[in-house]
Amino acid sequence: MTGRWDRFGLAALAFALLALALPLAGGENPLAWTGRPAGLAVLLAVGGVGALVAWKGVPGTAAALAVLATVFLGALMAMKLMDGGVAGNASWGFWSYIFALWALTWRGIARIAAYRSMVNERQQMANFFVPAFFGLWLLFLWQMVCLGFGVPGVLLPPPSAIFIKLIGSLDILWEDFVQTFMKAVISGYVIGCGAGFVVAILVDRVPFLKRGLLPLGNMVSALPIVGVAPIMVMWFGFDWQSKAAVVVIMTFFPMLVNTVTGLSAAGALELDLMRSYGSGYWQSLFKLRLQAAMPFIFNALKINSTLALIGAIVAEFFGTPTVGMGFRISTEVGRMNVDMVWAEIFVAALAGSTFYGVTAMMERAVTFWHPSYRTKR
Amino acid sequence: MAMTTETAVLETGKRTLLATAMAGQAGPVSLLLLALVVIWYAGAVWMNAPWAIDRFEKQKIDWSAGDLLRATMVQKRPILPAPHQVLVEMNKTILQKKITSKRSLIYHSWVTLSSTLLGFAIGGILGILLAVGIVHNRTLEKSLMPWVISSQTIPILAIAPMVIVVLGAIGLRGLVPKAIISTYLCFFPVTIGMVKGLRSPGVLEMDLMRTFNASPWQTFWMLRWPASLPFLFTSLKVAIAISLVGAIVGELPTGAQAGLGARLLAGSYYGQTIQIWSALMTAAVLAALLVVLIGVIERVVLKRMGMKR
Repeated sequence: MTGRWDRFGLAALAFALLALALPLAGGENPLAWTGRPAGLAVLLAVGGVGALVAWKGVPGTAAALAVLATVFLGALMAMKLMDGGVAGNASWGFWSYIFALWALTWRGIARIAAYRSMVNERQQMANFFVPAFFGLWLLFLWQMVCLGFGVPGVLLPPPSAIFIKLIGSLDILWEDFVQTFMKAVISGYVIGCGAGFVVAILVDRVPFLKRGLLPLGNMVSALPIVGVAPIMVMWFGFDWQSKAAVVVIMTFFPMLVNTVTGLSAAGALELDLMRSYGSGYWQSLFKLRLQAAMPFIFNALKINSTLALIGAIVAEFFGTPTVGMGFRISTEVGRMNVDMVWAEIFVAALAGSTFYGVTAMMERAVTFWHPSYRTKR
Repeated sequence: MAMTTETAVLETGKRTLLATAMAGQAGPVSLLLLALVVIWYAGAVWMNAPWAIDRFEKQKIDWSAGDLLRATMVQKRPILPAPHQVLVEMNKTILQKKITSKRSLIYHSWVTLSSTLLGFAIGGILGILLAVGIVHNRTLEKSLMPWVISSQTIPILAIAPMVIVVLGAIGLRGLVPKAIISTYLCFFPVTIGMVKGLRSPGVLEMDLMRTFNASPWQTFWMLRWPASLPFLFTSLKVAIAISLVGAIVGELPTGAQAGLGARLLAGSYYGQTIQIWSALMTAAVLAALLVVLIGVIERVVLKRMGMKR
């Protein structure tokens, strides 16, 4: 960075100076930066840090953290300014300030993204920090855009409103979660994956079935299977059983195809070794071939974890008792309670990610030997 | 001795006839499909029988097994329609109706297909752009990639109604909201596949480009982009399939007037099982056609580039 100005630092400085010259809020209640001395002080600090970055760059991780801390402070001040009369009629001065913060964020994150450490824990922490800060920044932007432009809550509620709604209606959300996730998703997932696995083992013993079922199974994965939802609702009634049935159908084929593929993953060398040990079908199945198939099986389990949730929720659009995540989403949309819908989406995303995460952790524990887990040096 | 050889030859001759039929994939697949149809018929008989028996008894008619069998095949609202009923309905609504008619499945398919293709196009381009950004910029990779992955844990299909209603509130109706849902589903496989594909050139090739003093732009167009195409097409096949799913689910809420999803919903409201099944079958055929189409384009493009596999 020596001998050259840091572009992002310059941008931050320029935007901060620009912000200083422009009004904080326009419209009916115009507001200048001088009307909010604390805000002015933070703006000057941001500009100062920008100048420092422009001059010296961001030499190390500590400096990057200091830059990001300034951003954090600046973001807090932005929210305070929002409450203090900017909301709804933010003007170019305010957005310019946000742009300055953005430039600093980008520079700080870039520095940490380039962080390399031989210590595993530190590297992992850096790897976690970058997307986490980026995500927080996106949430902040969302909040600012919603409040600053006065976006009506019916269109897109700000994250804070969603959070308040979430806390306020935990009992309803919990009931929906139990109905959709605990009952329909889990039972459907277990039955579907289990059936797929068992059928795969059967298929594996009959080469004829293997040649016939694999192309069919691959084709099925391209078909819009969620479409069977209305039929299942007709067959199994409105309660969670019909949703579980949809989940079973959706999860069956990925599991079948992946397991069958995985069972032929064991190398000829290993198979020959098993034969020279005189092991029977079951022995070589359990001790070698299933082990070799595990990465494929877990692949299916991971794919299915997201498919299952989607299947259950979509099936609820075709008729439910008055509880369930899909039911809640479609009725609250009808009532224009969009914040409640977002709260439900948050729960769904959280459940989906946790489900996926737990599966991935199990995969790591079971297939620890797989090359993809070797740490790169 | 001579005779045994002869029979052996005959036997092997017979075996090869059967074996050649069943050796490839075509034989087993068609046999299994046939089995599926048989199972379907059996299921239709089994599931529709109680209702048929009930009616026979109400009308106090003596019935034989043959009557029962016939009665299960011709119901207006069967629990499970027989395959030929679905085919008849599809023939009626696809071939016999005018394309512009609201009852024509071609009309509904086109409504769904148009938003599928629009979403596919936007999602594909977005996915490619994201992948290019991720491959060329470290910060983007580190900060964006985890969010690209976790974006897919949000069950977008589940929030489709909200997307549709909210976009409807700001005046976006019809094609675009459905296409946005398709886009959201599409971009992910394309991004993942393209990141892999753009990174697929080895150290050797990259070094060669450097010795030629190629600019990043040239490296991209002459090495990375061609190398990524096989990955791109694999992703596109996945993407177009889920794009169709997205469009169909996008039609479910808000009582969409037209489209395959609307047909499904209307069918489920009025208990028209034959209508549901024929819409479902049409959707399946459509999905298969789209995937095959991408496959054909893939073969042509890769052949012209000399990458025939």
